[in-house]
Amino acid sequence: MTIVFWVLAVTTISGGLAAVLLKNTVHCALAVTGAFAGLALLFLQLDAQFAGFAQILVYIGAVAILVVFAILLTRGSETPESGVFSRTWFAGLCIAAGVFAVMAWAILNSVSALPHETVAPDVSVLQIGNALMGRYVLPLEIVALLLTAAMIGAVIVAMHEKGDVK
Amino acid sequence: MTPLAGYLLVAALVFAIGLAGALTRRNAILVLIGIELMLNAANLNLIAFWRYGPHPEALTGMMFAVFSIAVAAAEAAVGLGLVISIYRHARTTDLDEMNRMKG
Amino acid sequence: MVTTVDQIFVILQHWFVGYLPAILQPFAGVLLNVVAIVVTFPALFAIAVLLERKGLGRMQNRIGPNRVGPYGILQPVADGLKSLTKEDIVPFRADGVVHFMAPVVLVVVVFMGFAVLPMGRNMTLVHMDSALLFYFSMGACTELAIFMAGWASRNKYSLLGAMRAVAQMISYEVPLLMSSVAVVMITGSLSLDKIVEAQNHYTWGLPHWYIFTPWGLLGFLMFAVAATAETNRSPFDLPEGESELVAGYFTEYSGFKFAEFFLGEYVGMLSISGLGATLFLGGWSAPLEILGFMPSWFWFFAKIMLSICVFIWLRGTLPRLRQDQLMNFAWKFVLPMTLLNLFVAGLWRFLGDGWVRWVVCSAILVLAYVFVGRAEMHRKHYGPRSYRYAE
Repeated sequence: MTIVFWVLAVTTISGGLAAVLLKNTVHCALAVTGAFAGLALLFLQLDAQFAGFAQILVYIGAVAILVVFAILLTRGSETPESGVFSRTWFAGLCIAAGVFAVMAWAILNSVSALPHETVAPDVSVLQIGNALMGRYVLPLEIVALLLTAAMIGAVIVAMHEKGDVK
Repeated sequence: MTPLAGYLLVAALVFAIGLAGALTRRNAILVLIGIELMLNAANLNLIAFWRYGPHPEALTGMMFAVFSIAVAAAEAAVGLGLVISIYRHARTTDLDEMNRMKG
Repeated sequence: MVTTVDQIFVILQHWFVGYLPAILQPFAGVLLNVVAIVVTFPALFAIAVLLERKGLGRMQNRIGPNRVGPYGILQPVADGLKSLTKEDIVPFRADGVVHFMAPVVLVVVVFMGFAVLPMGRNMTLVHMDSALLFYFSMGACTELAIFMAGWASRNKYSLLGAMRAVAQMISYEVPLLMSSVAVVMITGSLSLDKIVEAQNHYTWGLPHWYIFTPWGLLGFLMFAVAATAETNRSPFDLPEGESELVAGYFTEYSGFKFAEFFLGEYVGMLSISGLGATLFLGGWSAPLEILGFMPSWFWFFAKIMLSICVFIWLRGTLPRLRQDQLMNFAWKFVLPMTLLNLFVAGLWRFLGDGWVRWVVCSAILVLAYVFVGRAEMHRKHYGPRSYRYAE
């Protein structure tokens, strides 16, 4: 457990907490971007260079931008006077805490079974490319299809309906 | 504590935070943000297990994470498209006010 | 002697680091490289600004800056001093933290891109296996910085400028990536070092740069268009169109923060020129074999400055696009052409050596260009315009 890991963990968790707790929606989106960045750096810390950069490219470059665009298009940056948390917030908090308690209990109970420090795997992008085009070619094709379908679907869903009253 | 346990705990905490956000916020976009956080926590688990697992050269965990990132991008695009379409219809993104089946 | 001049910066670095204790050496080496990058590119930025002001002046039939120093060459120094001494004004309703963070994030991510660019033989800061992916992931972060700047200013011009900038950068990032993927397909590597190496050999004294292939030429042109849009340069400078939006997303910035945005824009231009040179123009390799005696870093920086001149020339020549023209151009012309280019690059790879692949690939690209171009012209009436009121 290095210092770098702890710094990144604290960054990620505080980003996530801020995204959930802040009042202004745009601040939440920016905070969650911080959490995404922290997670990407954690991936890099785990020697998963490719996944880490893909994370930055997709989450910070695309998802975060989509989210802020959606916030601006829906006038979500104005804080509603009825509060930002839903009426059933207490139940939600209890469920989340319960889920965390169960998972933490499971992890801490199995610490002895978890493997210790291993040598860093030396994975080149070439190997990843070969795997994507060989063993994982079917999932790759399915993801391509899914992304195309999602893109068309998103465009159709968000398009102006005919006779839509402005 | 082994390094893997540390990563798993962080992932569990991020997952719980995302779940709490998805369950307690009013704004539909913030619910989506919570779901994205949960997906990311799952990715962190996958990568951590890949790194400390017995066969990292098989790339299984890494591939799972990469595909999951791609699927999450699709999910975000469709989800936000839906939010925008609902907003156009109901003039709100407040989930507590969306309690009618009839448009 | 030739190798000494070529490797002078590497030798200097080793010489300097050699004086330090062994435990500090790797750290000091990296730090020295970072300092070199952080000093070199702002210096180039000053030269680029001077070139731009002088060059634009000449194109617009005026002299340009000519008061500070001989022929006005000290103008960048005066500009820098001015922006450093000006008052830093933050709007009353602005979001203080985000307003402050935006220029910092922009400058940091723009400089991060240089970490993987090979600036000469053995002159790459980080030898990374997925260097191109790193570069693009850093490029994707600039959009967020621009959005932060526009939103935090609480000014409608800023917000409009930021929305335009982000929409434009997202649209043109797709062709930017796609045109680079063709290079990756042919080279078989995401590492920029390997991409340069693959181009750095000669037949009959002529280089094997990717721009001298049909797919490479089209890829380079599309890359250049996308790069111009990505850096918000004219004719794609809608996000900061002075006549419409004051200064776009950095309207509400003054003093040093404004200088940071200015620096970010120009350094981003230098950086994307460096990437274009690396991908298509052979990086640090000499344009002719007999010119190989000149240092490799000279060629890299010469290519960057040449493309800066092209940027300035474009700015002096082309009028600004309209928003719908911008989007139509990205999605209906540039993106289809880059997708076709991917297909052609695949063909090129599998048709083997010989003249067949030249004929087939060129024919496909020329036909596609002609037909797509004609179809666009017909549908949108992009044809020549007449100036009815100016005659």
